[in-house]
Amino acid sequence: MKPHDPSRRRLFKAAGATGLAVAVPLPAPAQAPTPTYAFFNAREAAFIEAAVARLIPKDELGPGALEAGVPQFIDRQLAGAWGAGERLYRSGPWRQGTPSQGYQLPFTPAELFRNALRGIDPGFAKMPPEKQDEYLKTLEKEKRDLGGVPSDAFFEALLEATVEGFFADPVYGGNHDMAGWKLIGFPGAYANYYELVDRHNVRFSAPPMSLGAHPMGTK
Amino acid sequence: MATRLKETDAVLLGVGLVGSILGRELTRAGLNVVGLERGGPRHTVPDFQGPQIHDELRYAVRKHLIQDTARETFTFRNHAGQVALPLRRLEGFLPGTGLGGSAVHWNGQTWRFQESDYRMRSLMVERYGEKFLPADATVQDWGVTSKDLEPAYDRFEYLLGICGKAGNLGGNKVAGGNVFEDARAREYPNPPMKEPYGSAMFRKAAEGLGYHPFPSPSANMSRPYTNPEGISLNTCTFCGFCERFGCEHFAKSSPQTVLLPVLLKEPRFELRTGCHVLRINRSGDRATSVTYVDAQGRELEQPARLVVLGAYALNNVRLMLLSRIGAPYDPATGKGVVGRNYAYQTTSGVQVFYDESVNINPFMRSGANGVVIADFVSDNFDHGPLGFAGGGYIGEVMSHGRPIEHHPTPPGTPAWGSAWKKAVARHYNHTAAINVHASSLAVRQNHLDLDPTYRDAWGQPLLRITFEFPENDIRMSAYLTAKAEEIANAMGGKQVAASPRERPYNATVYQSTHNTGGTIMGTDPSTSVVNRYLQSWDVPNLFVIGASNFPQNASYNPTGPVGALAFWAADAIVNRYLKSPGPLA
Repeated sequence: MKPHDPSRRRLFKAAGATGLAVAVPLPAPAQAPTPTYAFFNAREAAFIEAAVARLIPKDELGPGALEAGVPQFIDRQLAGAWGAGERLYRSGPWRQGTPSQGYQLPFTPAELFRNALRGIDPGFAKMPPEKQDEYLKTLEKEKRDLGGVPSDAFFEALLEATVEGFFADPVYGGNHDMAGWKLIGFPGAYANYYELVDRHNVRFSAPPMSLGAHPMGTK
Repeated sequence: MATRLKETDAVLLGVGLVGSILGRELTRAGLNVVGLERGGPRHTVPDFQGPQIHDELRYAVRKHLIQDTARETFTFRNHAGQVALPLRRLEGFLPGTGLGGSAVHWNGQTWRFQESDYRMRSLMVERYGEKFLPADATVQDWGVTSKDLEPAYDRFEYLLGICGKAGNLGGNKVAGGNVFEDARAREYPNPPMKEPYGSAMFRKAAEGLGYHPFPSPSANMSRPYTNPEGISLNTCTFCGFCERFGCEHFAKSSPQTVLLPVLLKEPRFELRTGCHVLRINRSGDRATSVTYVDAQGRELEQPARLVVLGAYALNNVRLMLLSRIGAPYDPATGKGVVGRNYAYQTTSGVQVFYDESVNINPFMRSGANGVVIADFVSDNFDHGPLGFAGGGYIGEVMSHGRPIEHHPTPPGTPAWGSAWKKAVARHYNHTAAINVHASSLAVRQNHLDLDPTYRDAWGQPLLRITFEFPENDIRMSAYLTAKAEEIANAMGGKQVAASPRERPYNATVYQSTHNTGGTIMGTDPSTSVVNRYLQSWDVPNLFVIGASNFPQNASYNPTGPVGALAFWAADAIVNRYLKSPGPLA
């Protein structure tokens, strides 16, 4: 099983760039998530796919965020209740606070991404990886104005969502094939270690379990 | 105009840990009791069942069991010179909502405070002199002693089936238990939990340094247990989804697993969920009724002869201020009581990074298993040469290995990119964490009041939190974290990284849900909101119960003392107040 075939990554990018769903014959069970988007437009998707591939890159350890379907995870989150500001206190007045006071922008997550993505360099997806890293670092370290969103706030939201999508249960569209969990050895939704907890230094090697894989689960 | 309902004997504001205990004790005494709970009804089956409950994103990251900040949050500032802003999402602390309250998503660490906590001011002055406490410290005695509360702790621990090992049985020290604890009448109802690898390494290192390690007392069951209510719990499976989650296994003590199955069958008890209390109404020195908005948005008035306010600590304070009961505290003059002596918890940590031959298995954990030392708790060590008050326990009490929240990397690791990914993969299963869980001094400037600007979904002012770590606690944290680092250095790792607590207090980083004070107990109405029986000085038919009663916060986790105070107050109500309603001397 080769969960991170380079040819497939190109398909991702092609599909993202055109916004088309591409039906590709792929081997089970490591079938890649279909790159269709509910929230991102084609230009936005091209940036997100390229950016998450730099935040958590594919390397000799295995798939990165792109291969793990993190763009689809972020897309679904932004298209749903979270994107619309679920659990976010949204009354004004709006003031800039101290870092200790937390997020004080008037944007929902969906608004934050949409506005910020308007201000992103449209050539990002085609830059060489080193240039992409440089560009991401300027977003991270500076307060560039991205469609009204300070770039450091956008970068923080993007990185947070990328880590969530890499490690959240696959039922949310990321962590494809449980790539994030396999990387570190997290067993997932598995529920019982009573017999193992005092077998000190035991190496737990059972394959991870998703909520969706469980017979009582959501699939 | 609120619809006025038929009067009841007692009304409970909040049906969490405190509400459930009071509901049980008051109905047992023959009272008709209405329990008002702002959130929904929730039960182990079907609400906390696997595999769906094992969803880190939904529960731990999106916080689905926590107070919904879209409707109601807190404003926060570090000091009075700043404008407080709303915490638009809660990150630093996590009050629950719904039946069972925060005792559904808690970890289960269940402690007793010490005599040196209840009588902190007296004993500090006695041992170190009048000038030892900082000038801005508003530390004061609780008005109760360890001996007073022992029977209440005992009842609480047996109700919950706490697992641990006694270190002081009736004055006799027991090796292997917490030899620093005050005398307890009998052994814990259940033996300690199994000891994970990291805890065992901590125990060995701490013993080697001459400390007194013992198993952390836990409300996660070490064996099947049937409590005095006849309700049975199962053995904890160490699933690693404890704090921020409900327990699917009936293995974590919560109102749902130790009390509600009995209380909800009680004909004298009526539970109303989805009921958001706006205020307690009073006439002179009597609470007459409670005004609330029900799940359909109707405003209702529930008259009652006795009112018990047992919400989350911060919400207790807010409801007192919204109801205008007790004089609000003013830090400028030091006068007033409601909102005074707000304190928190001074936490810090040390990480031990091992080579890849050491499998820590952080996911094989429960909320409250671990090994700790109490050598630096409270006044268990000589503060004289140290120049600070307070202390904390140090222990290996890792509660989970859920990867969105837990992916430790050594200092200097980049926050993203291939180097980050490699470090996460390298260290995830090979890192132990030592916690320092320390006290919080009450000082004049830290306080709670109503925010002048921001309001909740019902149009009422939010509670405003003004808090910065006192200089005393920063010095304490440096000292305790250095002690933890010494133990960590003896645990056989490759690298150790210590993070003592620093200013400013940052409300965006989870530290602890242990907010305390604001409706503190005491013996003087000019410096406390409730008397030693938790009865309002101003309104004798109102009792306020919770961590909001703590005059300052101590080294240990607060749920044990909250449970004990609930039984202590229930006993005073049933055996004294009901016989002769009026102020309890």
